[in-house]
Amino acid sequence: MSSAEATPAGTTTNVRKTALNAVHRQMGAKMVEFNGWDMPVEYPASIGCGIINEHMAVRTGVGIFDVSHMGDIRLAGPQALAAVQHISMNDASRLAINQAQYSALLYPEGTFVDDVIVHRLAEDEYLLVINAGTREKDFSWVRDNTRQFDCAVENLSDDFTQIAIQGPKGVNLLRKLTDADLNAVKFYWVTRGKLCGLPNILMGRTGYTAEDGFEIYIPADEATSARVWYEILAAGKEFGVVPCGLGSRNTLRLEGKLPLYGHEISDTINVWEAGLDRFCKMEKLEFVGRTALEKAKAAGIKRSLVGLEMTERGIARDGYKVLDASGREVGYVTSGSPAPFLKKNIALAYVPTELAAVGTAVKVEIRGQGVGAVVVPTPFYKRPKKSA
Amino acid sequence: MPYPTDRKYTKEHEWIQVNGNAATVGITDYAQQSLGDIVFVETPKVGAELTAGKTFGTVESVKAVSDLFAPASGTVTEVNAALATSPEKVNSDAHGSWMLKMTLKNPSELDGLLSAADYEKFVAEEAGH
Repeated sequence: MSSAEATPAGTTTNVRKTALNAVHRQMGAKMVEFNGWDMPVEYPASIGCGIINEHMAVRTGVGIFDVSHMGDIRLAGPQALAAVQHISMNDASRLAINQAQYSALLYPEGTFVDDVIVHRLAEDEYLLVINAGTREKDFSWVRDNTRQFDCAVENLSDDFTQIAIQGPKGVNLLRKLTDADLNAVKFYWVTRGKLCGLPNILMGRTGYTAEDGFEIYIPADEATSARVWYEILAAGKEFGVVPCGLGSRNTLRLEGKLPLYGHEISDTINVWEAGLDRFCKMEKLEFVGRTALEKAKAAGIKRSLVGLEMTERGIARDGYKVLDASGREVGYVTSGSPAPFLKKNIALAYVPTELAAVGTAVKVEIRGQGVGAVVVPTPFYKRPKKSA
Repeated sequence: MPYPTDRKYTKEHEWIQVNGNAATVGITDYAQQSLGDIVFVETPKVGAELTAGKTFGTVESVKAVSDLFAPASGTVTEVNAALATSPEKVNSDAHGSWMLKMTLKNPSELDGLLSAADYEKFVAEEAGH
């Protein structure tokens, strides 16, 4: 069989590394290049890991991820809110201090520059957490589109090691390491506190796994990053914590129908097609992309993002063609994979709007053969509601 | 790990165990380790003709699809149905999880394959890159 690609140690390409790179390699992680970053895709079976085990740990206990490759942009100043409102499609004026929201930066065409989590850190201070592959593009975009506002725009991407602690036991784990009152932090809110002896650490109840959990932002030096990583693993031992890589990160977000830039959203896809209406506040009378979105809605949406479940034996994967019942090519898979928790083979795909109804039978072309699939409701997985 | 000496190996990480004119084929422990969790095995139908060095099916991990290459030419006589429901068996016991059985068309093809010792050396070099 053809061997899997891996990034060998001592690679000479211009691949970037997070401060935890040596730690991942020390732990025996299989490394892969992702958007210019040398990242762990999964950890070894010998320590109880592997994509499936990591995925299940997050769904039933807790798993931790190095997500330092993501970027951070701070907007601060008297017109910071106005600046954010101009470039972001959601309504940041609804944010209380320490509250966050999912949003997107749009091009004038109503298509995506990137998706983003907007955090309000202070009266006039906002933190945008953005994708790894779009760090430079986003920073240039934000800076160039907010010049007219009295607001400083800073690229803080290299200032933090960001660790995600995800799963129903994530809060139990983090509680052992911080003096912050985590019970007071609702989902999509942030707090600051002492963490592993470090003062004033930002901790957000956010994540990309469709589970409860936190993302912490600690100083980016290697020694501190490694110390905290290992302390988190030690504190989480009683909850069955495992380190998790990009492989399980992808299967987790897919089950939760969370978009991935370059797949479900891109510079050729608009907000309506992607089904992200509820994060786009058209009642905000001005933001980049609004005019085009209004026109697009009036003209009618031609294609829609749907969830597919395979009904015949086979795995739909990124880029595979979607066929209608008569075998005609009508769309394509944006993300597809086995779903370890649901134990089904699922996919997200763009299809013509007339084929987007739940229950519509389609086929996915797998190595030349049309394999049966059906449009299903999304998200495929929703975490169980915790009793009060 | 010591590779079983009762079979031969290919550089594409398949093993082939021969008994007269009949052979059994699977993938090696190194292969399953590289792949990670195996979720799908696609084998040819009984009666299919295999050509040495050509692809005969696929093995899929969560993240990727990998081709399987025929170690020898011949006709498929049996496929392991258990792998359709429990593909993870290949992870837990790669050398004990056969994928297909075949009758060999040209047994001398096996002379070109690697012994257990040669395969071990090959894998050590590949892993050390």
